[in-house]
Amino acid sequence: MTPDDRMVPTVSGLGPGFGDGVGQSQAAFRAVLRAMSRPGTVEALAPAGAFAPPLPLTPAAAAVGLTLFDFETPVYLSEDPAGAGSAVEDYLRFHTGAPMVAQADAAAFALIFNGLETPPLSVFQAGSDQAPETSTTVIVQVASLVADGEACWRLTGPGIDGAAAFSVAGLRDDFADDLIANQALFPRGVDVILAAPDRIAALPRTTRVEA
Amino acid sequence: MYVAVKGGEKAIDNAHRLLAEARRGDPETPELTLDQIREQLGLAVDRVMGEGSVYDADLAALAIKQACGDLVEAIFLLRAFRATLPRLAESQPLDTARMTIRRRISATFKDLPGGQVLGPTFDYTHRLLDFDLARPAEAPPGSAQDHGQAPDQPSPKDESMPRVTDLLADQDLIEREVPGDPHGPVADLTREPLAFPAGRDLRLQNLARGDEGFLLALGYSSQRGYGRTHPFAGEIRMGEVAVEIVPEELGFPIVIGEITVTECQMVNQFAGSATVPPRFTRGYGLVFGASERKAMAMALVDRSLRARELGEDIVAPAQDEEFVLYHSDNVEAQGFVQHLKLPHYVDFQGELVLVRGLREEALARRKGAAE
Amino acid sequence: MNAIENTNHGGNGGHGGNGAGGHGGYNFAYLDEQSKRMIRRAILKAVAIPGYQVPFGSREMPLPYGWGTGGIQVTASIIGRDDVLKVIDQGADDTTNAVSIRKFFVRTAGIATTEETGQATIIQTRHRIPEQSLLPGQILVYQVPIPEPLRWLEARETETRKMHGLADYGIMHVKLYEDIAKYGHIETSYDYPVRVNGRYLTAPSPIPKFDNPKMNDMPALQLFGAGREKRIYAIPPHTRVESLDFDDHPFEVQTWSEVCALCGADDTYLDEVIMDDRGTSMFVCSDTAHCAERRAAGHRGPDGDAAPTGLVP
Repeated sequence: MTPDDRMVPTVSGLGPGFGDGVGQSQAAFRAVLRAMSRPGTVEALAPAGAFAPPLPLTPAAAAVGLTLFDFETPVYLSEDPAGAGSAVEDYLRFHTGAPMVAQADAAAFALIFNGLETPPLSVFQAGSDQAPETSTTVIVQVASLVADGEACWRLTGPGIDGAAAFSVAGLRDDFADDLIANQALFPRGVDVILAAPDRIAALPRTTRVEA
Repeated sequence: MYVAVKGGEKAIDNAHRLLAEARRGDPETPELTLDQIREQLGLAVDRVMGEGSVYDADLAALAIKQACGDLVEAIFLLRAFRATLPRLAESQPLDTARMTIRRRISATFKDLPGGQVLGPTFDYTHRLLDFDLARPAEAPPGSAQDHGQAPDQPSPKDESMPRVTDLLADQDLIEREVPGDPHGPVADLTREPLAFPAGRDLRLQNLARGDEGFLLALGYSSQRGYGRTHPFAGEIRMGEVAVEIVPEELGFPIVIGEITVTECQMVNQFAGSATVPPRFTRGYGLVFGASERKAMAMALVDRSLRARELGEDIVAPAQDEEFVLYHSDNVEAQGFVQHLKLPHYVDFQGELVLVRGLREEALARRKGAAE
Repeated sequence: MNAIENTNHGGNGGHGGNGAGGHGGYNFAYLDEQSKRMIRRAILKAVAIPGYQVPFGSREMPLPYGWGTGGIQVTASIIGRDDVLKVIDQGADDTTNAVSIRKFFVRTAGIATTEETGQATIIQTRHRIPEQSLLPGQILVYQVPIPEPLRWLEARETETRKMHGLADYGIMHVKLYEDIAKYGHIETSYDYPVRVNGRYLTAPSPIPKFDNPKMNDMPALQLFGAGREKRIYAIPPHTRVESLDFDDHPFEVQTWSEVCALCGADDTYLDEVIMDDRGTSMFVCSDTAHCAERRAAGHRGPDGDAAPTGLVP
C-alpha cells in the first residue's frame, strides 16, 4: 500500500474509503472550497457508494479528511468519550497515512468529534505573521447546519455578499467568542470547517461573527 | 500575425510536424539509437541525468534525442517526467570513501595513500581536432596523442583510498564534517519551496541540480576576487558507489544499485578564533556521472555560500544565498526567459496608451512654454 | 452551434481504476493525487488569507515555467469530470498558448471546453479578465509570472516577506508618488498593485489596470498560481479589492478614442492591430469571445464585415 491509495479494499474490519478516489476526493474538495470561499453557505457532502467511516467519525468529516490528509499533515484527534477514537485513528491512518499528534498546536488538521466539547480555538496553531498559512484547520463535527436559519449568527467578511445568516446546532455555547477572538488575530488564526453528518460549512479566520 | 483568431491549433500541429522533420534531419543518414547516445555521448547523458535529477542513462539518452541535442531542453524533459514518479524511499548517505575509483586526483599533495589516478580525462589532451574520428573506424580508434597501442587501462581501484579531507581532519587541520542526524528529515526542494536561510542540505540539492554554466561563472567570479575563498582542489574522485536504503520491514540497509558520481572537496581559507585554532574550511560538490567541471564549480559556490555561517562579509554574487539559489535552476530560467516569446500585446497596449498620453502632455507643455 | 465542445477521449473508465480518466498512463488532469492534495491545501489557506501568497511545492510540469505552470497546477487540482473549461491568453481563446493549455486538459482530463464565458465553470487566464461579469460559482484561475508586488522595489524574498508580515507597504507608496512627481501620473499600466480586504498588497498578475476594477466585489472566486515562483494566492468572491492611489491622484483606467472596429463596443479593452507600414492601425476587442457574441447579436463596428486576420498555419 502506498499512502496515496485512497481506493483500498476493506481489510481487518476497517471501513471502506472512497470507491473512486480521484473523482470523489475532487468532488469533496470542491465542496470544501465552495464552503471556504463562501462562509455561511452549507454544502452537501455525502460520498456515494460503500463509504463507511467508523463512529464517531461522520461521513462528511471523513470525506474532508480523506480529501486533505496525508503523510505530510499531522492530525490531532479529540478524545472520544466512548473510547472508539482508536478505530477512527486506524481508519484515517490506513486511508491517508497521516501521522497522529497529541499536541494540538503541532497539527495541520484537528478533528473534533463532538462540537459541544470543542477545546478553545486558542490551543491550536495560529501561524505567524510571516507564515500565517501554517495554522491548524479545525474540523468540528456538529449536529446540524442551516444557512439563513433562525436564531442564528450574522456573518460578514470576504466571500459574503453583504451579510449572511447562519445557524448551527451541536456547538459549544460560547464558540462564537472563540471565533471573534480568532478573527481578531488576522492574518494569523485557525480556519474552521463545521461538519454535520452529510453537509459542511466553513468559517475562515476572515469571517466576522455576530452572535 | 502569430496571434490567431482561428487556426491556432492547426499552426501548433504544423509546428510539431516541422520539429519532427528537423529532428530527424536527412533521412539518408542512419537514425541515432539510444545505445549510441548513451555509449558515445556519455558526458551529455551525465549532465542531463544530474541537472534532470533522474539517474537513468536510457531516459537521459531518449531526452537528448528528443531534444535534438539541446541539453537544457533534455533536462526539462527529464524533470517533467521525474515529477510524475512516486517517491519510494530515502537512501542512506552515500559513502564515497568506499567508491570504486576510476579517477582520483589531489592538487594539495604530491602523493598520498592510493595514489593519483588520472582515469579518463580531457586534462592533458592537446585540443587538436582529431580527424581520424571523422571517419568511422573499423577497429576502436586511437587518440591523436596516442597512436598505436590501446591504452593501458588501469583496473578500477577499490583498495583503501582515504579521502584527502579525512587525512587532514585526522590532524585537526580542517574543520570536521559533522554528520547530520541519519534519521532526521532531509530537505527536498522538489516537495517544499525554497525558504531562507536555506540549510546546507537544501543548498547542496539546489546546486547539484543547478545549471552548470551558471555555477561555472559564479565559481569563476569567486576566483577573480568577487568573494575570494582561497580554494585548493583537495580531492576530486569519480567512480561507482553503492546506493543503500533501509526498508522499514528489514531495519538494516540493503544495496539497491550502483551509481557513478564525481565528488569534489575543496580545501579553503582557514578560519580560527580566540578559542578555536585555525583550520581549513571546506566546499563540497557532488554530481551524477563524470561531470568534473560541474562538481568543482559546485564546491566553489558551496564554500562561497557559507559566508554567513563563517562570519565573512557578504559582498559578492556568489556569496548571496537568495541570488544564487533562486537563479541556479535552468528549467526555471529557460522557461521564464523564453516566455517573453508569448504574446504580451495586451500589456503592451497599456504601455502604448500611457506613453502616447505622456508624450502628448509633454508636447503640449513645451508648446505652452514656447508661446 | 453547440457552445460546449465535449472532447472526452476514450478510456475514461471513471471508477475504481488508478488514475481513472487520465491519459497515457498519467493520472486524471496529469498531477498525481498527492500533489493535488498539497495544492488543494494551499488553495484553502490562500482563500482563508485573501491576497497572501502561500508557498507551495510547485511541480515540474510538462509545459515550461513562465508559460502558465502555476495556473495549470491550480486548474489540475480543482477540475473535475463535469467541469467546463475556458482558457484565454490576452483575452483570446485562440492564442497559441491558450490552445496548447486547453489541449493539455482535454488530453489529460477529457473535460469539456468552451469559448463562451458564461458557459465555463473554470476560466484559466493570462493577462485579462473577461469583459462580461463573471457569475457566482465560476472560478477564475490566473497564470502569474511574478506574484510579489514588491519585487521590483525589493528583490529579496526575506525582506518582502517581512514587509507583508508588518503590512509595511511604504516603499510602494513612495514609488507611486515618485511617478507622480516625475510624470504627473502613476506610470504603471499593468500589474497595477491592489490592496485585498484592506490588508495584503497583491499583484493582480499582469492584467492591464483596465481590469482592476473587475476584481473588486467579483461574484466569482479568483485563484492565482505562480509555478516557477511557487506561490498560490486567492481572492474570495465579494471581497474588497482597491487599486492603490492618492486622494489628489485617483486611480484611472485606460480609455480609447476609438471603438472596436468589428463590434463597435466603446467600453472594452482594445488591441491595436497594425495594418500597414505607414502607421495605419485598427482597434479590436481583446476579449474575442465577447466581441463574437456582440457581433452575433447584430452589433457592428466601422469595419464590422472585415474578417479577423489569423495565424499562418
